[in-house]
Amino acid sequence: MSEMTYLQAISDGLRQEMRRDKRVFVIGEDVGVYGGAFKVTLGFQEEFGPWRVIDAPLSETAIVGGCTGAAIMGMRPVAEMQFADFISCAWDHLVTVAAKQRWRAGTPVPITVRLPSGGGFSGGPFHSQNPESSFAHIPGLKVICPATPEDAKGLLATAIQDPNPCLYFEHKHLYRRLKADVPEERYETPFGKARIHREGDDISVITWGAMVHTADEAAQQLEGDGISVEILDLRTLIPWDKQAVLQSVSKTSKALVLHEDTQTGGFGGEIAATIAEEAFEELDAPIKRIAAPDTPVPFSPALEKAFIPQVDGVAKGIKELAEY
Amino acid sequence: MATTAAIDVVMPQMGVSVSEGTITKWLKQEGDPIAADEALLEISTDKVDTEVPSPGSGVVQQILVQEGETVEVGTKLAVIAPEGAAPAQEEAPAAPPEPATQEAAAEAEAPSSSEGETPAPAEAPTPAPPPEPVAPAAPDAVPDGDGGGDRTFVSPVVARIASEHGVDVGQVSGTGRGGRVTKKDILAFVESGAPQQQPQPEQQAAPAAPPPPQAPPEPAPAPAPAQPEPAPAAAAPAPQAAAPQPESEPGESYEPMSAMRRGIAEHMRRSLDTSAHVTSAIEVDMSRVVAIRAKLKKEYQQSYGVNPTYLAFVARATVETLRDYPWINGELRGDQIVTRNYVNLGFAVELTDGKGLIVPVVKHAEGLNLLGMARGISEIAARARDKKLLPDDVQGGTFTITNPGGYGTFHGTPVISQPQAAILGTYAVVKRPWVIQDDRGGDVIAIRPIMNLTLTYDHRLVDGALAGRFLRDLRERLETWDETNY
Repeated sequence: MSEMTYLQAISDGLRQEMRRDKRVFVIGEDVGVYGGAFKVTLGFQEEFGPWRVIDAPLSETAIVGGCTGAAIMGMRPVAEMQFADFISCAWDHLVTVAAKQRWRAGTPVPITVRLPSGGGFSGGPFHSQNPESSFAHIPGLKVICPATPEDAKGLLATAIQDPNPCLYFEHKHLYRRLKADVPEERYETPFGKARIHREGDDISVITWGAMVHTADEAAQQLEGDGISVEILDLRTLIPWDKQAVLQSVSKTSKALVLHEDTQTGGFGGEIAATIAEEAFEELDAPIKRIAAPDTPVPFSPALEKAFIPQVDGVAKGIKELAEY
Repeated sequence: MATTAAIDVVMPQMGVSVSEGTITKWLKQEGDPIAADEALLEISTDKVDTEVPSPGSGVVQQILVQEGETVEVGTKLAVIAPEGAAPAQEEAPAAPPEPATQEAAAEAEAPSSSEGETPAPAEAPTPAPPPEPVAPAAPDAVPDGDGGGDRTFVSPVVARIASEHGVDVGQVSGTGRGGRVTKKDILAFVESGAPQQQPQPEQQAAPAAPPPPQAPPEPAPAPAPAQPEPAPAAAAPAPQAAAPQPESEPGESYEPMSAMRRGIAEHMRRSLDTSAHVTSAIEVDMSRVVAIRAKLKKEYQQSYGVNPTYLAFVARATVETLRDYPWINGELRGDQIVTRNYVNLGFAVELTDGKGLIVPVVKHAEGLNLLGMARGISEIAARARDKKLLPDDVQGGTFTITNPGGYGTFHGTPVISQPQAAILGTYAVVKRPWVIQDDRGGDVIAIRPIMNLTLTYDHRLVDGALAGRFLRDLRERLETWDETNY
């Protein structure tokens, strides 16, 4: 074990994968000489050379298109979108080609797209989004949202080795904020297995990414009130661990679905619907959602704070549910 | 524009267990002017037949439910346009059959939730709630999203646990918002050894009317060997939906069951399914009571206009005796035995048409002397026959007396009015040859007025010996009636 930030864990995982598997290469804007906008690939070009750490032109279309072709030819590309927001330019390649290639032609497309996402630092509407639900809706894509350094490393390894296109959403706000022990050796964290971040009896908070930590702080706040909160970190949205969610909700009978993405069409709706369909008779309260309001992410720090679910708001929501 | 909003008239809650009512007659028609508190229509529920007063002054704008129809409590029956208001068209997709407007209806559901202890009567039907004649404003018409519903809402998991364990959710006290029964509440209740009854699926279907433990009873009056019969109507809707009418055999004819009949039927069956009925009887020499009554009768009638009936004597002595037998005035609630420091005495009263009976309750009978008791019984019986009972009059009984003796019957086995523990039957006073002792201690036969009394009790709570002692003491009181004490 050694202590790593969330960012270092991603970097470490990627490096290990590149060291053990020659098919793995990195491509993105400024990932080479500059070491990446957030320095995830700092030093990579020195170690692996310019052919495995490729500085691409400012074209997400070209990056994902190139990755798709390379993957079909047997490589395991890891693309970096400088910001997750920019992935919309690559929508067609991802959704129309990569996601459907295996279905259409039987050819696996093992690409991993790293997506620095999320807000909390006044990045504004183009540098702060959490577009995971858009892709969760597309059959053929996998959606990964690590919340801890250990998962960041393990899930990245799994993504790179997975034969399907994987969208790996790394939360920018966690990059340097989180520090924890991470195994030094290589390991894979399985997809579709939720992690119980905190055990509790009264309410299940189902969430992922940075919101796991928001929920955790809220839960700590409520300890004094005698409210016992269980926090489920989904880790991956596609596939998502339905069983774990249903199990937790069966125990607590109250569910709060929390995400940083905007509410309408957010993945929380899918979770809420599934609970209603499959655990209706376990419910003791309406399923509650807490998410960002349906607007672009504001620049202004005050507004952004009002936009992204905060600890106090989440604590309030939990409390309301507990008191229902 | 809506400065004077239309006032909705809804089916009032005529008792905590009543879930529906039938419109028997509209006393006003559309277009008729009406004053606040003026009778608007007559309704019949399984508890009470009564008039519904107008909640405000104005013009009857619209009648939404026709005579003969049976609707759930809270259903909008009519719209009153306030004086001076434009002949407003009906409020769009008006409030759902929530209590919505009438504060009466809303309030009616309010208290009860937890134990069903409090009867939660709707603001009485006759002395209607005095809503401002000029309606307060729009908010009234707007169904409150999570208002009234909260209180009695049974969540899916609570409904499931209730049905799995055969628990009546109405008996669980709730700690959730607005007194809602939460999963924890019902689990704790089940673990505490609950009151377990047969699973009754309907219960969860009727969130509005959790069958109250405190269902007002109604024992039998005259004709048959007496049956009590209350009418908690949790299950009422079912029979109604029942089946197309079967074809009648020659000589048969059909008539629909009234809401009251259904209520009686349901309660009789439920009572027998709930309590372990046992009846003990005792013979009472009423000589002394007969003599005292003869003496008092004139005075009572002249001074107070009240007839000191045998029933009043028996009731008075019963209340006195119950003081020493709290369990007979008690109730099994879950695994708890409830006793009280008061007696709410129910009296089975036959309705004039002979097609039903009702059990009005004389509240706090422990505070009444013989005159007060006689007056209380006569008043409440008169109101029952005249269909002037208020919901509150038939609720909260703790012990019931049924008096089928008027027709000469000398014995019976009444059915207990749930959730009470016992019912006393009084029978005809008959002159009989009676063995007594003369001055020298020898046996002689005398002619004495004898009355049989029966106590039918729930053997789950009351044992035979206790019942026997109760009857013995009651007899003792009647045979040695001490005027000064009563």
